[in-house]
Amino acid sequence: MSKILIYLETEDGLLKRTSLEAITCARSLGGEMLGLLCASSSEGVEGAGEYGLSNIIFNKLEDNSNNARAKAIALLAKNENADLIIFAGNANGRDIAPRTSVFFDAGYISDCLNFEEDNGEIIVTKAVYAAKAQIKTKILTEKQVYALRPNVFTAKKSDTVSVNIRNADVELNDTDKKALITDIEKSNGKLDISEAGIVVAGGRGLKDAKNFGLIEGLANSLGAAVGASRAVVDSGWRSHSEQVGQTGKTVSPDLYIAVGISGAVQHLAGMSSSKVILAINKDKDAPIFKIADYGIVGDLFEIIPKLQSQLEQ
Amino acid sequence: MKILVCISRVPDTAARISISDDGKAISDTGVKFIVNPYDEFALETGIRLKEQHGGECVALTVGSEKSQDVLRTSLAMGCDNAVLVKGKKDQDSFSVAQDIAAVARDISPDIIIVGRQSIDYDSMQMQSLLGAMLDMPSVSVVSGLDIEGGSATCLCDIDGGKETITTTLPCVISTQKGIYEPRYPKLPQIMKAKKKPLEIRDSVSTGNRTEILSMEIPQSTRVGKVLSGSDSDIAEIVRSLREDAKVV
Ligand SMILES: Cc1cc2nc3c(=O)[nH]c(=O)nc-3n(C[C@H](O)[C@H](O)[C@H](O)COP(=O)(O)OP(=O)(O)OC[C@H]3O[C@@H](n4cnc5c(N)ncnc54)[C@H](O)[C@@H]3O)c2cc1C
Ligand SMILES: Nc1ncnc2c1ncn2[C@@H]1O[C@H](COP(=O)(O)O)[C@@H](O)[C@H]1O
Repeated sequence: MSKILIYLETEDGLLKRTSLEAITCARSLGGEMLGLLCASSSEGVEGAGEYGLSNIIFNKLEDNSNNARAKAIALLAKNENADLIIFAGNANGRDIAPRTSVFFDAGYISDCLNFEEDNGEIIVTKAVYAAKAQIKTKILTEKQVYALRPNVFTAKKSDTVSVNIRNADVELNDTDKKALITDIEKSNGKLDISEAGIVVAGGRGLKDAKNFGLIEGLANSLGAAVGASRAVVDSGWRSHSEQVGQTGKTVSPDLYIAVGISGAVQHLAGMSSSKVILAINKDKDAPIFKIADYGIVGDLFEIIPKLQSQLEQ
Repeated sequence: MKILVCISRVPDTAARISISDDGKAISDTGVKFIVNPYDEFALETGIRLKEQHGGECVALTVGSEKSQDVLRTSLAMGCDNAVLVKGKKDQDSFSVAQDIAAVARDISPDIIIVGRQSIDYDSMQMQSLLGAMLDMPSVSVVSGLDIEGGSATCLCDIDGGKETITTTLPCVISTQKGIYEPRYPKLPQIMKAKKKPLEIRDSVSTGNRTEILSMEIPQSTRVGKVLSGSDSDIAEIVRSLREDAKVV
C-alpha cells in the first residue's frame, strides 16, 4: 500500500479549497494519507478531518519562500517514507512541485485532469496542444509527484476523523532561503477567476469597454468573477489578470459563460475544462458553440438583460 | 553579465493537429513550428539585461537539427551566440532540464531565463527543475524584473494578485507577458544572424522519468443545446442550467 503525502495550504484560517480537492483525490487513490503544511501557523488545518485526513505534519516556516518549502517537503517526504506527493496545481503548487520532485528523486506530472489505475500503475490524463489533444501518461520512477488542475477534482467530505498535528523540522541550506517573498498584493477584494465557481467572460463582441457593465451586472447577480478574451485585454478594456486562455489563466469553473467571444483555440485552451459552458454569440457558426453545452444565438445586448432578469427570478 | 536563455520550438497554436501513426504524438506534416510565444519574452528580457549591464546573451534549445531555425531567430533578435543540444527522441522535461543544466554548468550564467510554459505540453516546470538541479534559487511567472548589484527583484503573477520576490544571483526565472514587449528583428539583423556562432552538442541526459502511453483528440461530450434569443428559449436555457446542469 502506498503512502501519499498531500501538500496543504491555508488562507484566512481555513484550508484552501484546492487543498480539499487534493485530499479528496488522494483518498480516491487509496493508501495511507499524510498531510503536510509548511506555513507560519497551523490554524485551520483541522478542517482536513471532515475530508478523512487525520495525520498532519506541521513544518513551521521561518522564511516565506517557496524554494524553502520545496526542499522541506522533499526532505519530510523522504523522512516519512512517502511514495507519492500530491499538490494542488495553483500558482504556488506549480512553482513548488517540480523543485520538490528533483530533491525527492521523483518523476513529476503537472496539470493532471484524471487518474486511473492499471495493474497497480497510475495513469494520468493531461491536456496538451492548447487542449486540442489529450495524453495518457505515467511516471516511470518509483517515487512520484503530481499537481492537480484546480477545480477538476471536486472536493467531497467523508466520515469525519479526528486530526493529529505533529510538528516536524528539517534543515535547509542557504540556497533554499535565497528567494524570499517580500510583498504580496491582492487584487482589491475581487474574486479571482481561477478560484471562482462561475465565470462570466466578455469578448470583442461587447464593442466597447463601457459595455462591460453588462458583464459585471450578470456576474454580480450570479456571484461570479469577470473574465475576458485577449482581444479585450489587448484593447485595454480589461486587465491582464482577467484574461482567460493560453497566455492568460486556465479556469475550470462549474459554469463558464462566454459572451461575444468567438472561441479561438487559444481562448479554449484556458476554459475548455469548465464543467458547463454557456455561449452567447450572434454568429451561429462561431467555434465557441462547438464546445458549449448551451448556446444562445443572438445579439448579446438584447440577451444579457433578459437572461439576467430570468436568472434573478 | 552572462545570460542563458532557453527556448523551445513548438507548433503554431493555430495549427490543426492530427495524431501520428504510433498514436503517441502529433504528426509533423504540414505543421508550422515557431519559437514558443513565452520564450519571446525570455529572449527580450535576456537581450535587455545584456544591453543594460553588458556581457553576453546565449540562446539554447534542446531539440533536433530542425531547431536551428528558432536559434537563428534568437540570434537575429540580439543574442550573441547559440547552442543546440541535439536531443534524443521524445525527451521529457526532466531530461531536457538535465541537458540545459549541463550547458549551464559549463558556461556559469548569472541568470537563466525560460518562458512561463511551453505551449505544446504546458508543463510549466523548467525553471523549478533547473533551480533544483543547479542548486540555484528559482522564481516562476515573472512579469516585472529589476536587477541591481547582484540581486533580482521579481514581480510575479499569483492567484488573485501579485507578489514580489527578491533573490540573489545566480538564479533561474520564468517570464510572463508584461515583462517586456518582444522586438521583431529586421532584415539586416536576420542577415547578420546567419554569421553568428551556433554550437552543436550531444544530449547527456540519463533518460526520461515519464512516458506518454497514448494521445488522442478528445471527442466533445457537451450537450450542445443551442437555441435562439427568444424569451421562451432563454427561459428554457435558464431551466436547463438550474435543473439539468444544476449550476445556478
Ligand atoms: C500566441 C497566441 C496566444 C493567444 N492567447 C490568447 C488567450 O490567452 N486568450 C484569448 O482569449 N485569446 C488569445 N489569443 C487570441 C485569439 O487568437 C483570438 O484573437 C481572441 O481570443 C479573440 O477574442 P474575441 O473572441 O473576444 O474576439 P473576436 O474573435 O473578434 O470575436 C468576437 C465575437 O463576438 C461576436 N459578436 C459580435 N457582436 C456581437 C453581438 N452584438 N452579440 C453577440 N455576439 C457578438 C462575434 O460573432 C464574434 O464571434 C492568442 C493568440 C495567439 C496568436
Ligand atoms: N527543449 C527545450 N529546449 C530549451 N528550452 C526548453 C525546452 N523545453 C522547454 N524549455 C524552456 O522551458 C520553458 C518552460 O517549459 P515547460 O516547463 O516545458 O512548460 C519554456 O518556455 C522554455 O523556455
